[in-house]
This record gives sequence, C-alpha cells and structure tokens, in this order.
Amino acid sequence: MSEPSPLWEVFVRARRGLSHTHVGSLHAPDAELALRNARDLYTRRQEGVSIWVVPASAITASSPDEKDAFFDPAADKVYRHPTFYQVPDGVAHL
Amino acid sequence: MTGPFDFTLRLGDDALIAAQRLGEWTSSAPEMEEDIALANIALDQLGAARLLLTYAGELEGAGRDEDALAFRREDREFRNCLLVELPNGDFAVTMAKLFFLSAYQLPLYTALAGCADERLAAIGAKARKESAYHLDHSSLWVKRLGDGTEESHRRMQDAVDQVWPYVHELFTPDPAAPVDAATLRAEFDATVDAVLTEATLTRPETSWAPAGGRDGLHTEHLSYLLAEMQVLHRAHPGANW
Repeated sequence: MSEPSPLWEVFVRARRGLSHTHVGSLHAPDAELALRNARDLYTRRQEGVSIWVVPASAITASSPDEKDAFFDPAADKVYRHPTFYQVPDGVAHL
Repeated sequence: MTGPFDFTLRLGDDALIAAQRLGEWTSSAPEMEEDIALANIALDQLGAARLLLTYAGELEGAGRDEDALAFRREDREFRNCLLVELPNGDFAVTMAKLFFLSAYQLPLYTALAGCADERLAAIGAKARKESAYHLDHSSLWVKRLGDGTEESHRRMQDAVDQVWPYVHELFTPDPAAPVDAATLRAEFDATVDAVLTEATLTRPETSWAPAGGRDGLHTEHLSYLLAEMQVLHRAHPGANW
C-alpha cells in the first residue's frame, strides 16, 4: 500500500467493565475493518465486550500549553470549592 | 477410497497447506494489522490441521501421528485440494483464495458438527467459529478491493478469474463421506454471489475445472512448498522438539 490507512482510536468496554476505556490505536481503511482489527488486536475476540472505534481526526484534544487555564484556574478562589458545608452526622455516603 | 481416514486426511491437508501459505505472509502484509489478522487465520488453520491429522492417524491405526503425517509424506500422498497450494500472488489473490476456502469450510464444518462421528463433530464445532471469522475477514477485503480504486478492482477481478477454476474440485461428490461436499455447493454459490455482487465483481464463466489434489495429483507448487516445510524433519528424522 502506497500510503498507510487512516488512524483510529480504540475504546473497549471489558466484559465486566462499566465504561469504555481508551486502549490504543490502529490503522484501517474504514470503520468496519477498524472494528475487526480492534477485535484481533485488543480483545482476542472475547465475547461480551463492546468496542468503539473513532477516526483519530475526529478527536479534539485539549492542549498541554493551556493546561493552567483549563485545569487549574480556581485554586485561588476558595469560594468556588464546596468546602464550607457542615455535613450532618446522619449522612453516611455523601 | 472414501473411508473416514481419507475424508479426515483431506480436510486436515487442506488446513495444513492453507496455514503454510498464510504463514508466508508473516511480516510481509500491507499493514501491521493485516499481518496479525493473517497470522491469526494461519494459526486457526494449523490448529484445525493438528486436530484432523491426529484423528486421521488414529483412524489409520498405523502409528502415524500429526507430525508423521505432515512431515513424512511425499507430495503424491497429500490429499489437499489444489486451491490451497496455489502461490500467494498479490494480496488480492491471497484474499480470493481465502474467501473461496472459507466459504467452503464454513458450511463444511457446520455440517460436520452435526455428523455421527463424535470426534469429527467436536472438531467441526470448534473450527466452524473460526471459519466464520475467516469468511468475514476475506469477504470484507474482497469488497474493499473490488469496490475500491480502479487498480484494486482490476487486481481483485484478475484474482477471482485466476482462482475460480480451482473451486470446482472442492465439491466433488462423495456420498460415502461423513459430509458429502457436493451438498454444500448451493450455499457456497449463494455466499460467493452475494459478496462478488457487492464488490462489483463478476463471477467467471469458465468450464475449466482442474482437479486431482484429492488423488495426490498436484500442481508443481506443492513439492516446493513441502520441501521447505519438511526440510528439518527430513534432515533429523525421529528427533523430538
């Protein structure tokens, strides 16, 4: 093949898993074959697992350069943190 | 000669030679993903070959195990169909071969799973699931290439034309066998037609139907394949590994 097939990201929910987890990526010419390849590469054709494949180009990621603005904006604003409550003794699993 | 031994040997040889050809692709496939898929299928075929040849050896009762049958027979003693011994060619030829083989093996193993012989039924039940995967994989590629670019369409059609004459041998009637292959032809044709149509390919109309594999009369390709496969065992007969 002169040029490699597009890249796909693979998310798998294990048989007893609660959510789909990103497990890796692979190349495939289209979604159908991406699913087959993912089954071979990441699940060994186990039954009872669910697979999602997403073209890597469809994913927008947050930029590491903007980390401060994205994830660390409010440390100096204590009023944004829900730490001013008195939890009654009877509430066990809050 | 259509005893259970001959029948089991035939199926085992088909799977063994198919595995050997697919193994040749290792590290040479168009993509890493396809490398893994082809090796996967080769391992499935080899697994089926081992079960079938072991059982064939027991049926024969001459003390030959799977290794003796695989490594100590000449090409004239092999009973595989001609289809599986054909060279790999380009990727389209390999997919055409795998597609026709699995479209034959799936109904064969499915029928075998319900036969009276318990061992063969168990082998059929196991191999059937793997064949379904092989058929799925090769069908997808036949469609991708057939309905892909002009070049891939040309290559896929060439491959189908080249391999097609060899499928007729698979359905030689054998009423005495546990599963008469002739009864599988209708299902095979239906599977093949549906995929070829979707792939925008045409089924060739030729009357040429080479055969002989079941009688040990092979193409010139088999002895080269065996020379490579058997070299070590023949150099050190009786060694353990």
